[in-house]
Amino acid sequence: MTGAAAVRSPGLRERLQAFGGRAFASPGNAMVTVVLGVVTLVAAVPVVRWALVTATWTGTAEDCRAGAGACWAFVGAKLQFMVFGLYPPDAQWRALLATVLLMSLVVMSALPRFWSRWLIAGWAMGIAAALWLMGGGLGLPSVPTRMWGGLPVTLALTAIGLALGFPIGVLMAFGRQSRRPLLRAASATMVEGIRGIPLIAVLYVAALVFPLALPSGLQVDKLILAQVAVALFAAAYLGEAVRSGLQMIPKRQREAAFALGFTWWRSMRLVILPQALRVVLPSLVSIAVGFFQDTSLVVVIGLFDLLNTTRLAAQDPDWLGFHTEAYVFAALLYFAGSSSITRYGRWLEGRLRVRGASAIGS
Amino acid sequence: MTLFRNSVRDWNTARWRGVILQGLGLGICAVALWWLARNTASNLDQRGISVGFEFLRQPANFAIGEAWVRYSPDDTLARAILVGLANTAIVSVLGWMLATVFGFVVGLLRLSRNPVLDGLLRGAVDFVRNIPLLLLLLFLAATMHSLPSPRNALEPVSGVILSDRGLILAYPGLTTLHAVLALVLVGTLLLRTRLGRRGWWVVAGAAGALAVALSIVPPSWRSPHLEGFNFVGGVTFSPEFAALLFALVLHHGAHISEVVRGAVLAVPQRQWDAAAALGLSRFQATRLVVLPQAIRAMVPLLANNCVSLTKNSSLAVAIGFPDVVSVLNTTANQTGHAVETMLIMILVYLALSLAVAAALNSYNRRILRHGVAG
Repeated sequence: MTGAAAVRSPGLRERLQAFGGRAFASPGNAMVTVVLGVVTLVAAVPVVRWALVTATWTGTAEDCRAGAGACWAFVGAKLQFMVFGLYPPDAQWRALLATVLLMSLVVMSALPRFWSRWLIAGWAMGIAAALWLMGGGLGLPSVPTRMWGGLPVTLALTAIGLALGFPIGVLMAFGRQSRRPLLRAASATMVEGIRGIPLIAVLYVAALVFPLALPSGLQVDKLILAQVAVALFAAAYLGEAVRSGLQMIPKRQREAAFALGFTWWRSMRLVILPQALRVVLPSLVSIAVGFFQDTSLVVVIGLFDLLNTTRLAAQDPDWLGFHTEAYVFAALLYFAGSSSITRYGRWLEGRLRVRGASAIGS
Repeated sequence: MTLFRNSVRDWNTARWRGVILQGLGLGICAVALWWLARNTASNLDQRGISVGFEFLRQPANFAIGEAWVRYSPDDTLARAILVGLANTAIVSVLGWMLATVFGFVVGLLRLSRNPVLDGLLRGAVDFVRNIPLLLLLLFLAATMHSLPSPRNALEPVSGVILSDRGLILAYPGLTTLHAVLALVLVGTLLLRTRLGRRGWWVVAGAAGALAVALSIVPPSWRSPHLEGFNFVGGVTFSPEFAALLFALVLHHGAHISEVVRGAVLAVPQRQWDAAAALGLSRFQATRLVVLPQAIRAMVPLLANNCVSLTKNSSLAVAIGFPDVVSVLNTTANQTGHAVETMLIMILVYLALSLAVAAALNSYNRRILRHGVAG
């Protein structure tokens, strides 16, 4: 391990050779390879024919029914509805701008070079701007939240849910480690209570029971209720992961911090939490991926997130019978989102590990 | 110095600060809860709804499409909820079993040294893990409903019939004798290690007895056949049930396969080497040396997966399968007793989660006391 040359990734030729070596290592192995190869080809040919060769790319439902393959014309015709829901078409540039704004906030938060106090200010301003763009006011015609839908809703629920849920989760994790019995009991009840029930039950409580507990006449927007509910749900799972990380950090780290004269908050913020978070990063990432997918459950309280608009598009009586295309489109979007979070998690893990290792080594 | 602090500035010591802060917190929470409860009571009072569980004795007045417990709309709401609970239980238990088997098979196959097998399975598992379960469920439900009518039903394998009425399976009509012998066979398999060296002979005896019984009284297959517009005979699973079960098994099977693979890979390489040095084949090494160690690491994750499968079965409400959440939601909408029904929903799932957590704790204690074999 003396330089870049030693760890350079193998070329295509070498990788093919290694692949061939493993695929045909023994007669049994070679047989499995051949049989699976043939089965894959036989299965893939009709799929490719359906998706590409005989597919209908433009036109109406009639054109699609005449053709034999996939009806991508349907996705094209319904694209606006699937991505933006019932948002007024002439104002959709606002929804698009809000989506781009949220996306760039997420990307910026993901890059360690932007990690500073300014990022919190950036989030506050970004969310305010996105809400203004979506909702209107101050010169823009107003659009009520019941008309919001599609990708912006899914993104907002995920990003704001994680951004709100993470600090709450960390506080809950601190609470469960506290010396104060009431605080410990309260945090434990919150976390275990939320983790013990399905997200659907949390959403029902937020949408059906909570409004009953407010003074009559006072109404809270359903989207806000759902946002708070999913944030608390994320907080419970993130908090549990953070707690397991805190438990893994040896007690001597805290004692050392105290010996240096750190207060409790400073020792947590500068010594304990950074190490704990690095340990549990993989589980935080998988919670984030699961959460991104689980925001789709808001369909049960009648919100129009990306999956719900897809479902409604698939039920359009003019385009009956093309639900596969609609769900393939949504699946690709969710797949892209989920797998980029996973990849980012792996990248961050590697980067933090390198940093940590060199810090210990020096 | 210490003495001085303790006697004079007693109120500022950490302990007293803790007591006061916690007392304040408790007080604030109590006031907030009291305020919320009072609002709820007055809101419900305005709508003329009395708080309490009396309403469960009212007739339900709604039909439930799929009931494994005898039910009619004249029955009480309590019975309707029981039907929902039974549906949740059936789909969850079937889901656990199938997802575990599926996950083990995929997870172990992924350990194969063949790159084609591993690559294909990895692609499939990654795809399922990266799309929402609800998307899978909605897609499968829509697909089940767009299948051909019973007259043109698909029959991919003899005895398995797919149509827009759902999934219909033929099943062997077995006598009590068959069932008892099959149970005995399963029992001997489970207790084989306790029977010592004669274990396999006892198992073989039980299998032989079952084979003899099957050859004397062959099982009569109850195969479904078309009568009018629908099928008669066989076990019928509604399209919703089939979609929910498939989606849960695919999603959780994919997750379980990763658990299995991870646990096996976590067993140190020297265990494989030691098994090979003793002359065990790779299959024997997996079964006798590696899996028993891996399973110990898997159990908590598998149990959590089962709990989350049960919780995820509540997605049934999105496709109209009458599970407990769906029935409770209908009850809340019809009677206005949202608070009580949600309380029931929360208690049902909390009870399950706590029961599994307790079982896991006792398992962990047993492992700590006895090691793997205990």
